[in-house]
Amino acid sequence: MSEKVLMKGNEAMAEAAIRCGCRHYFGYPITPQTEVAAYMAKRMPKIGGVFLQAESEIAAINMVYGVASTGKSAMTSSSSPGIALKCEGISYLAGADLPAVIVNVPRGGPGLGGIQPSQSDYFLATRGPGHGDFHVVVLSPASVQEMADLTVKAFELAHRYRMPAMILADGTMGQMMEPVVLPEGKPIEVDASDWAAVGTEGKRKHHVISSLYLQPEVLEKYNFERYERYEKVKENETAWEEYQMEDAEICVVAHGITARIARNAIVMARAEGIKVGMIRPITLWPFPEKALAAAADKVNSFVCVEMNMGQMKEDVELAIRCRKPVSLCRRVGGMIPTSEEVLEQLRAAAKGGEQK
Amino acid sequence: MIVFEKPKALTDVPLHYCPGCTHGIIHRLVAQAIDNLGIEGRTIGIAPVGCAVMAYDYFACDMIEAAHGRAPAVATGVKRAMPESIVFSYQGDGDLASIGLCETVSTAARGENITVIFVNNAIYGMTGGQMAPTSLPGQVTQTSPYGRDVATQGYPIKICELLATLEAPAYLERVAVNNVKNVNRAKKAIEKAFRNQVEGKGFSLVEVVSACPTNWGMEPQQALDWVQDKMIPYYPLGVYRDKEV
Repeated sequence: MSEKVLMKGNEAMAEAAIRCGCRHYFGYPITPQTEVAAYMAKRMPKIGGVFLQAESEIAAINMVYGVASTGKSAMTSSSSPGIALKCEGISYLAGADLPAVIVNVPRGGPGLGGIQPSQSDYFLATRGPGHGDFHVVVLSPASVQEMADLTVKAFELAHRYRMPAMILADGTMGQMMEPVVLPEGKPIEVDASDWAAVGTEGKRKHHVISSLYLQPEVLEKYNFERYERYEKVKENETAWEEYQMEDAEICVVAHGITARIARNAIVMARAEGIKVGMIRPITLWPFPEKALAAAADKVNSFVCVEMNMGQMKEDVELAIRCRKPVSLCRRVGGMIPTSEEVLEQLRAAAKGGEQK
Repeated sequence: MIVFEKPKALTDVPLHYCPGCTHGIIHRLVAQAIDNLGIEGRTIGIAPVGCAVMAYDYFACDMIEAAHGRAPAVATGVKRAMPESIVFSYQGDGDLASIGLCETVSTAARGENITVIFVNNAIYGMTGGQMAPTSLPGQVTQTSPYGRDVATQGYPIKICELLATLEAPAYLERVAVNNVKNVNRAKKAIEKAFRNQVEGKGFSLVEVVSACPTNWGMEPQQALDWVQDKMIPYYPLGVYRDKEV
């Protein structure tokens, strides 16, 4: 079972979804995630699943809402402009406490932007993608292996906490090929019998799936209850990886593809005698605040490496309560920072550290 | 002998609709169809955004509240996940013919085996009487205070005629509920739209020309007369598609 296969990230993600029991996929073509739809279109009919090319991203997310209302696993995937269209539906999913997995393979923006990789949907994903007070679990894979593993995780968390989960990959993760051990074909077991809309069979009072509460005191109560659930997600599900943090004086914070680039830069920096480590958030929401706060006690400064204008940097500064300086190495618009560019930033940070 | 009974597919929750509104009649016709076909236990209804937003409280089957206009997409998801279930959406004109027109047309074009009840009362009721995609030329509403000017606000959309250009739909009929004769016809059409689904025939839609006395600024009887004199001439009743025939 643990045989390694060479796969594209987007395909590994689609196959992992199928292996953990997802039989309903709804999509709409958009670069750079179309492989997910193409893979699902090929596989689903062979295994009795549903692949449907929706008329729009809006329709696709609402088809997901329909399947999720029956308690079954459903998935949709898109890229930045398409995710923006799905935000209404994601808010309704959150408001009706429904499980679903949304894949975002972002591209440079705003607007139509470009089709090259980007992390510019960080705010969109981590601040609750849509109207109203809510969050979705946000997972950031940094390898094709994690594209597969975190897909399974996304379904698990979506069902366990009855909330949408988003996989925030990027074009690089989606397109690159790496060896991957696919998860075993073990469907996630879900008992939705006390809430799902599957027909009463004349045996019980009707179930209602809704996000509408016209009495403000009731709506307030549900908002508070939902945020209590979010606290549990923060407590139990926050995930990150630490790299060479034992003696680090500078802490790099990066996720996804930029974490891999930063890793090379860290090796280069250490060869120059600069003591650098890295905290790589795997869950972007919940954000590994405690790990960063603990690191702030030890290191002199932080360096964020991002493919956006510095969106995650705000979360880092919040997590460490601005106790240490946070600098930024960034490229945007579909540009990817090189290890050398990151190294430059690390050298500058090291000098800053000496000055203190 | 029981002469009159509330359909079992309706709950005991009192309807919130205005006096003279015909949503109550249409709810009853839908519930009767569900009763007559004995399908309540496997029926899942999709409520719209609009006056019927709280339909989920009134129908005794499992219910889902959809985003504005998205009921056919939600219905598609449910039906694909549970092909043995009976899935219907209940939508108004703003929901189905304006913001959700893409979902309406695409779902019909796919021939999804679902039942759509389309309530056309030529106005946005829930938000207090704005111009609808089906408001008549010259009709005065809050957002067409000088009457719908077709030069700048365009013409009403005739949904049955529009959908009849598609290959897939199994059944499209326009009915009204302004008098006993028409209510009886509507009852038959709605039951047929559900029976089609039970028999796997495909997409069925019944457009119900309906009255909104509150937002039309009329007495209930006056509103029913307006349906007869103004609405029905513009929206001719009848069968627009029936693959059985």
